Amino acid sequence: MTDRSQSCGGSCGCKPEAETVDESRRGFLAGAAMAGASVIAPGVTLFAYGAGEAQAAGADPKKRWGMLIDVSKCVDGCTGCVTACQTENGWKTTGRPATDPQWIRKVTLRDPKTGATKSAPIMCQHCAEPPCADVCPTGASFKRADGIVLVDRHRCIGCRYCMMACPYKARSFVHEALEDQKPHAPRGMGTVEGCTLCVHRVDKGVAPACVEACAKSGGAIMFGDIADPNSEISKVIATYATMQIRGDLGVDPGVRYRNL
Amino acid sequence: MANIVYTECRGGQRFWMLFVGLLVLVAIGGLSALYMEHNGHIVTGMSNEIVWGMPHVFAVFLIVIASGVLNIASLGSVFGEMHYKPKARLSGVLAITFLVGGLAILVLDLGRPDRLTVAMTNYNFRSIFAWNVILYSGFIGVVLAYLVVQMTRRWAKFTPHVGLAAFLWRLTLTTGTGSIFGFLMARSPYGSAVLAPLFIAMSLAYGLAVFILIRLALESSASQGLGDELLQRLMRLLVIFVGSVLYFSGVFHFTSIYTAWRVDWEAYLLLDGGLYTLLFWGLYVILGTLVPMVMLYGRSGISRTREIVSSVLVLVGGFAHIYIIIVGGQAYPLQLFPGYEVASSFNDGIVARYVPTLPEIGLGLGGTALALVLAMMAMRLFRLLPKGEGESYADAA
Repeated sequence: MTDRSQSCGGSCGCKPEAETVDESRRGFLAGAAMAGASVIAPGVTLFAYGAGEAQAAGADPKKRWGMLIDVSKCVDGCTGCVTACQTENGWKTTGRPATDPQWIRKVTLRDPKTGATKSAPIMCQHCAEPPCADVCPTGASFKRADGIVLVDRHRCIGCRYCMMACPYKARSFVHEALEDQKPHAPRGMGTVEGCTLCVHRVDKGVAPACVEACAKSGGAIMFGDIADPNSEISKVIATYATMQIRGDLGVDPGVRYRNL
Repeated sequence: MANIVYTECRGGQRFWMLFVGLLVLVAIGGLSALYMEHNGHIVTGMSNEIVWGMPHVFAVFLIVIASGVLNIASLGSVFGEMHYKPKARLSGVLAITFLVGGLAILVLDLGRPDRLTVAMTNYNFRSIFAWNVILYSGFIGVVLAYLVVQMTRRWAKFTPHVGLAAFLWRLTLTTGTGSIFGFLMARSPYGSAVLAPLFIAMSLAYGLAVFILIRLALESSASQGLGDELLQRLMRLLVIFVGSVLYFSGVFHFTSIYTAWRVDWEAYLLLDGGLYTLLFWGLYVILGTLVPMVMLYGRSGISRTREIVSSVLVLVGGFAHIYIIIVGGQAYPLQLFPGYEVASSFNDGIVARYVPTLPEIGLGLGGTALALVLAMMAMRLFRLLPKGEGESYADAA
């Protein structure tokens, strides 16, 4: 086959014209080129500057921070851990649960066969194999060397794929503008956030806010280094039967539950 | 050997009226995106439970169509069906413009669309999303090369090779799109390898339906016919493709029913899911699949009305199908504690509610209009349309 190019015969619905130089077509091309250049140029400039690397300085790779939650000690109706997290990290609810931030929540479980009820806090489970970090296209979701899973708010583009991948409903997207943020817990509209395991406290050797608050009521949450066999939390895990929520997925959560 | 004479479209009154109408829709899409970015996603129906909504349904629909519409060109270059060669240029252009339209929606729906350059400069290669960024931009490059070799006499000899590369790339691209959901192991409605071939089948069917409709729209104002024989072939092909979607969809749901932790989701979708059940059986299975198959199967001399109605129904059913996969799949609650009844301040155990808002629909329509506007610009600027193609493919045959 050979191809030849000629003027339109009207097959596209337009009026056939004589074979002449089409000035309007040239003008259209020139205009399109200018418009294209004005759109692309700013992007090229930004590309040249690049983006910052996620920092995980200070994290000790020999440690793995984790929690053990004894459900039998978790008081039904108590939301001390949730309130402490809100106060510490500066997030609040507005009465719209579907779009409100939910860094930590209390879940009530009822066994339909026996009627027995239990209550437990659910937050980011700080998985060893976090699906959120796997799916994040930019690497904004990442796991620190000490096992804490975080979001780099400067690299998050707000695609929400991590929220689709998280098995625990533990991530929130900031749906509206924020005020009065805490300097140690930067947040921003259009990015994804979740429990940081109070990394700013942990790095100073202080337990997360929820653990501290719970100690004053039920004392259900234990925090520590689960990679250290001599830590208190590891000894309890080695002694008693504990479980990981959706342990079947193989993501190896750093938060374990006892008496669930 | 036959001479195929290609022409650009000089644009009549109807052409420009449609062009301006689509530009208005593009503007509405742009304003919708601006409104969403300024106020945050609180002005949408999306939430922390339905994190991907109507914009993503539009975007995935357009991206799936983009890869499917290229198959018309592949039929000529890869499978040696020379009757389709006159259609190859338009097919390639539509593949690019629909992909651009879909990607525009995805980017403008981001929480931080201003950080697009971050996505382009930071790749997490464990993420299928990051691979898709490469697959999508690569697709545009490969199809552009495909168009160049088709449109230049000097490089025409490379057409079969570049065509094969484009065909393989489009298969990979649609595999990547299906895998976005296929890799979500924690959610009962997703996490299946069957989603990848299902998306490929969807792309074949919906891409072909779009191509047929666009060619018929061009023909309706043309002085010469499209060529009945070729259109009849395309309609027969549409029946096979629509049937393939139903087949893979059936495999997907049957295998899910066999999986203990997915049975509840299947029971919900197929029997008790309210709107989603209605969309599945009513729009996708009956109106979007069975009715067009019955309208087209085993018929010779299919009327224009039948061709248009069946193609539109396939697309309506396809849109509903993608809505069920994306929105319905998220609406069904995550199973954190199988066997327990759960309740929480975050609606655990409850089917999530989703009502799309106008800006979301505006953004989706704007992206669709952008795909068509770009296609019209390409038709205006480049010689894509065969003149007197009725005779050309007859000779080639």
